[in-house]
Amino acid sequence: MKTIYFDNNATTRVAPEVLDAMLPYFSELYGNPSSMHSFGGKVAYELEKAREKVAALLNASHDEIIFTSCGTESDNTAIRSALDVQPDKRHIITSSVEHPAVRSFCNQLELKGYRITEIPVDQNGLLDMDIYEKSLSPDTAIVSLMWANNETGVIFPVEKAAEMARSRGIIFHTDAVQAVGKIPIDMAKNYIDKLSVSGHKFHAPKGIGALYLRKGTKYSPYLIGGHQEKNRRSGTENTPYIIGMGKSAELASANMEKEGSVVRYLRDKLENEILKRIPNSRINGERELRLPNTANISFEFVEGESILLMLNEFGICASSGSACTSGSLQPSHVLRAMGIPFTMAHGSIRFSLSVYNTMEEVDFVIEKLPPIIEKLRSISPYWPPDSNPHDLTVRTKHENE
Amino acid sequence: MWEYSDKVKEYFLNPKNVGDVEDPDGEAIVGSIACGDALKLTFKLDENGRIKDAKYKTFGCASAIASATAITEMIKGKTIEEAEKITNQDIADFLGGLPDQKMHCSVLGRQALEKAIANYRGSVSDKESEGKIICNCFGVTDFEIERTVRENNINTVEEVTNFTKAGGGCGGCHEAIEKIIKRVGNENPQAGRPKLSNIQKIKMIEETINREIRPYLRNDGGDIYLIDVIGNRVIVATRGAFASCKASGETLKHLVESKLHEMVSQDLSVEEVSK
Repeated sequence: MKTIYFDNNATTRVAPEVLDAMLPYFSELYGNPSSMHSFGGKVAYELEKAREKVAALLNASHDEIIFTSCGTESDNTAIRSALDVQPDKRHIITSSVEHPAVRSFCNQLELKGYRITEIPVDQNGLLDMDIYEKSLSPDTAIVSLMWANNETGVIFPVEKAAEMARSRGIIFHTDAVQAVGKIPIDMAKNYIDKLSVSGHKFHAPKGIGALYLRKGTKYSPYLIGGHQEKNRRSGTENTPYIIGMGKSAELASANMEKEGSVVRYLRDKLENEILKRIPNSRINGERELRLPNTANISFEFVEGESILLMLNEFGICASSGSACTSGSLQPSHVLRAMGIPFTMAHGSIRFSLSVYNTMEEVDFVIEKLPPIIEKLRSISPYWPPDSNPHDLTVRTKHENE
Repeated sequence: MWEYSDKVKEYFLNPKNVGDVEDPDGEAIVGSIACGDALKLTFKLDENGRIKDAKYKTFGCASAIASATAITEMIKGKTIEEAEKITNQDIADFLGGLPDQKMHCSVLGRQALEKAIANYRGSVSDKESEGKIICNCFGVTDFEIERTVRENNINTVEEVTNFTKAGGGCGGCHEAIEKIIKRVGNENPQAGRPKLSNIQKIKMIEETINREIRPYLRNDGGDIYLIDVIGNRVIVATRGAFASCKASGETLKHLVESKLHEMVSQDLSVEEVSK
C-alpha cells in the first residue's frame, strides 16, 4: 500500500539532495573538525559552510548559529541560559499553547520556585497581547513564545512581542521549529534574542537542531566540555547531520516562496473540499494567520483516534488532538486552551503537508474521508446532533407495563 | 501507535451489533462526550429470560468501539444472572487484551451492562451513583475507584487512571486516590503491595533514588549512587557538600531511608559504603 504522508509537522522526509550531501561524512570524510590536520580541517571548512547556510535562511550572521541535537535541546538551553545569567530574576512568560519542549520545562521550573505566566489565546488561537504586555515585569528573566503552533499552524506576532520585551530589557526566545523553512524569517529586522530550529521539520534528518543566539545576548552553555561551538555547546560536532541541515536550509532558502504557494494551494483545496463534503466540521485556528501547510479540522461527535486508524487503513498518515491519541485522557492542551468545545476537540485531525505531496493525494483523502466520518457517526450515540442519548426514559419497562 | 490485538482491530473495522434494540428490556448510557467516550447499551430478553438481542452505540476510540462489540457478543444467550457476573477483565480477555492505558474502555463496557441490568430490574439508582465523586474532571466516585482497585489488584494511581480515568485530568484527586488504594491495600496486604522479586526490588530502589532522591541532593550540590542491595540492606555512595560532613550523614540516611520505605518497602535499611 502506498503511504500518503500528511503528517509533516510531526516530521518530514529527508530530501534526496540532503541525503546525498550527508553520505560522504559517514564514510571517507570522517575527520574531527577540531583536529590539527587538513583531513579534519576539510570537515571543519564544510561545517562552517553549513553554518552559513543555516544563518542565511534566517538572515543572521554565521556566528549567531549554535548547532544542537534537536529543537528540544535548543528550547531548554535558551530558557535555562537566561535564568543562569540573571539569577535574581524569577519570572518566565510563555503561552498556554507551547510545545512540551517549552511547556513541560517551564512546569518543572515552576516546581523549583520560578513564577510562570502562561499568556492565554482566544478561540482562534491568537495570543492575548494585552495580557502579554501587562505581564512583562522587571522580574521577568525571559519570554518564550512559539513562532507558529505545531497543532493549528497559527502564527504568533513574535516580532512585535520581542520588541515589547526588548524595550524593557527582557530576553526574548521563540520556538520557531514549525516556522523555519515554511515562512520567511529575517533576524536582521527583529529584536528576537534566541530562536530554536529543528532540522527534521524541514527535510533534514532527526537528531540535529540549532539555536540562534543574537550577538551580545548574555549566555551560559547547557553542555559543558570541549571548546566546540565556541564553548557554547560542547560535544564533538555531529558532522553528517550538520552538513545535512546546511543542505536543507539551502534548499529552503531557494524554494520556500514557490513551494509555500504550492503547498498552500493543496492545503486550501483539502480544507475547502472537506468542509463542503462533511457537515458539522470546522477549521481550528485563525485561517488567515497560519502556516501554509497546516490544516486542523474538527469533526463533531466522532473521536479522533478512530478516524486516524480508519485513514491508516488507506495508508493515509495524519495526527489528532484527541485524548485517546495523546496517551493522556484529555484532548490536546492547545485545543483546550482555545476553548474548543469537547464535541469538537475529541474529533480533531491535523493534516500537515509538504512539497512532496501531490494533488492526487489530496483528492484521495477528499474521497476517503467523508465515508469514514459517516461510518463513525452512524455508530455514535450523539449523531444526529439533535438527538440526546442521555434523555433515556428513567422508568423501566416493568413500570410501563 | 497503540498495540491493538487482532480482535480489537477486527471489531473496530467491522463493528457488530450497532444500533438500538427495539422496545428494549434494559437500556443505559454511561460516559459522556466531555470525557471522550460514551456507550449506550440496549438489550432484549426472550421468553426464557435469556438475552436475545443486544445492541450499542458508542463514541470513542478503536478500543471503545471494540469493547462495545465485545460486551454485546458476550451477553447474547446469557441469563441476567450470568451476564451480571461479567467483569471488565473478562471483556479485555475476550478482546485478546487491551493496552494498559485503554483498560478504561473495558470498564465502560462493564458499567453500561450493570446500569442496563439495573434499569431492567427497575432499580432506578445504579451503583455508580452511590458514593461521592473523587475525580471531578471525569466524575468518578470513590465507590467505583474502590471497586476497580479491588477487582484488578491495583496499587498505583497511574493504574487507577488507566482503568477508570480518575486522576487523568487536573490531577487534584491523586492524594484521595492514593488513600483509597491504601485503604483497600490494608484489607488485603497482597493487593496494596505485592511481594517483590529481588530484581523488582532493586529496580524500584534504583528508580526511587534516581527520581526522588537524586534531584533533591543535586540541588544542594551533592549526589548519590546505588552500589549494592544485599537482602534488605541498601548500600549507597554519596558525593558532594554533605558527604564530607559526618553530622549530615544521619540526615541523609534518614531522608533516603524514609523515601525508600514510602516507595519500595518498610524493611529496607540504608548504609553508606565505607570509604
